[in-house]
Amino acid sequence: MTVSDFVPVLIQIAFAAGLAGAIITGSVLFGQRSTKNAIKDSAYECGIRSEQNASTRFSVKFYVTAMLFILFDIEVLFLIPWVMIYRDFIANSLPIMGPILFFMVVLVVGLAYELKKGALEWEK
Amino acid sequence: MEINPIILKFVYAAVVVGVVMGLCSYAVLAERKVCSWIQGRVGPNRTTLPLIGSIPVIGKFLTRLGIFQPVADGAKFLFKEDVTPAHVNKFYFIMAPVLSLVPALTTVVVVPFGRYVTEAGEIIPLVLADLDVGLLFLFAISSLGVYGVVLAGWSSNSKFSFLGGIRASAQMISYELAMGISVLPVLMWVNAPGTDGTLSLFDIGQAQEGLWFVMWMPLSFLIFLVCLFAETNRLPFDMAESETELVSGFHTEYSSFKFGLFFVGEYAHMIVGSCVITVLFLGGWNPAPFLTWDYLGFGDGILGAVLSVGTFMGKMCASLFLFIWVRWTLPRFRYDQVMRLGWQYLLPLSIANLIVYIFVIYFLDTTSF
Repeated sequence: MTVSDFVPVLIQIAFAAGLAGAIITGSVLFGQRSTKNAIKDSAYECGIRSEQNASTRFSVKFYVTAMLFILFDIEVLFLIPWVMIYRDFIANSLPIMGPILFFMVVLVVGLAYELKKGALEWEK
Repeated sequence: MEINPIILKFVYAAVVVGVVMGLCSYAVLAERKVCSWIQGRVGPNRTTLPLIGSIPVIGKFLTRLGIFQPVADGAKFLFKEDVTPAHVNKFYFIMAPVLSLVPALTTVVVVPFGRYVTEAGEIIPLVLADLDVGLLFLFAISSLGVYGVVLAGWSSNSKFSFLGGIRASAQMISYELAMGISVLPVLMWVNAPGTDGTLSLFDIGQAQEGLWFVMWMPLSFLIFLVCLFAETNRLPFDMAESETELVSGFHTEYSSFKFGLFFVGEYAHMIVGSCVITVLFLGGWNPAPFLTWDYLGFGDGILGAVLSVGTFMGKMCASLFLFIWVRWTLPRFRYDQVMRLGWQYLLPLSIANLIVYIFVIYFLDTTSF
């Protein structure tokens, strides 16, 4: 596994970005033209005049969700190296069961606490 | 003649991008056709090309199937007025559709389509880049897709777009957790003692010459499938759009091919998702459990490669069909139901599933039969 293995990835990114850029340019070039007007330039709100600014306040639940996501995602990332050596360790009868179960218990207790606190409850 | 390997890589990349884009446009057609069949209609059956359409029997038949519809769709996208409203944040408004397409097309590099056995008996994966971080790379890049959605919603400066954007991003990150944990048992089993630690999708596919993972990890498969629906923003989880509430969600303000890129991006995500589920759970390029093309005597050379790619594509199309079928069968969930399913049911369920397989694999590996 060397850095050169990632060359196709770079090529693909270049291709995809180039394609997307070409398509957008093409649609600007070939697209129909018509004059702009105030209605076309305002945000769509089912046909009525748009009221207030679009950047209104939104539920704090979204922030909470994002933070909980980061916590759990890091825990999943910690699990991945373990997953790759688990069977190897068992085959060599090295102790791995205990530590990983401890980790899982911490994870589950955290989740249970969040559930109990209602952090994952979405208001109806 | 010696061909420069770098040029060859460019050619492969171009071919794969072409195939995926072609599949995308025909997935859209399949969506419309299957939808119409489910609803008892005929679907697109008029579009035709001047020359091919007038061939006696075949032309009529192809027209009725709607084969030329994607061409018309593309042309129409291209020639429609491309409105960039004055109230948007221009830079991010234009960047968002690009950001939703690029990750979808980039994840294709780690997806193996089949295998080629040389005369020397060496097995070569048919994949653009057989990275040993394969699955991790796939998760990392595909979750970048959320930026396209959230930027589109935010930069549009429209209430519908904004709501669609934050809803979709919260939903996508929530289901990523259950998705990540649900594949861990598979990875655990694939990394058998004595093998190099790997997350490569090709090795996962090769490990399914016997039992397919869907058969002995059915719960993982189910959780992964549900999360895949949520990740690709498909009905019954299409909170990002939910036409009845948010007009068209995060791409309300988009028109012309900028909207088209979101569309293509969604279908590309779906195609990659189908590929991944085929490799992870449905046996990849093996025709049936406990049966490989090698046993049947077709495993070697070009024929073997063609058969393996064909098998893979067949399974992928079947799971694409499942996507479409579910979309036109189930109604949309409410947003709080979606979040509850992700956090309160799927996440604990996937952790429980993982713990069960910790014990099962421990038991299997320590007992000798």
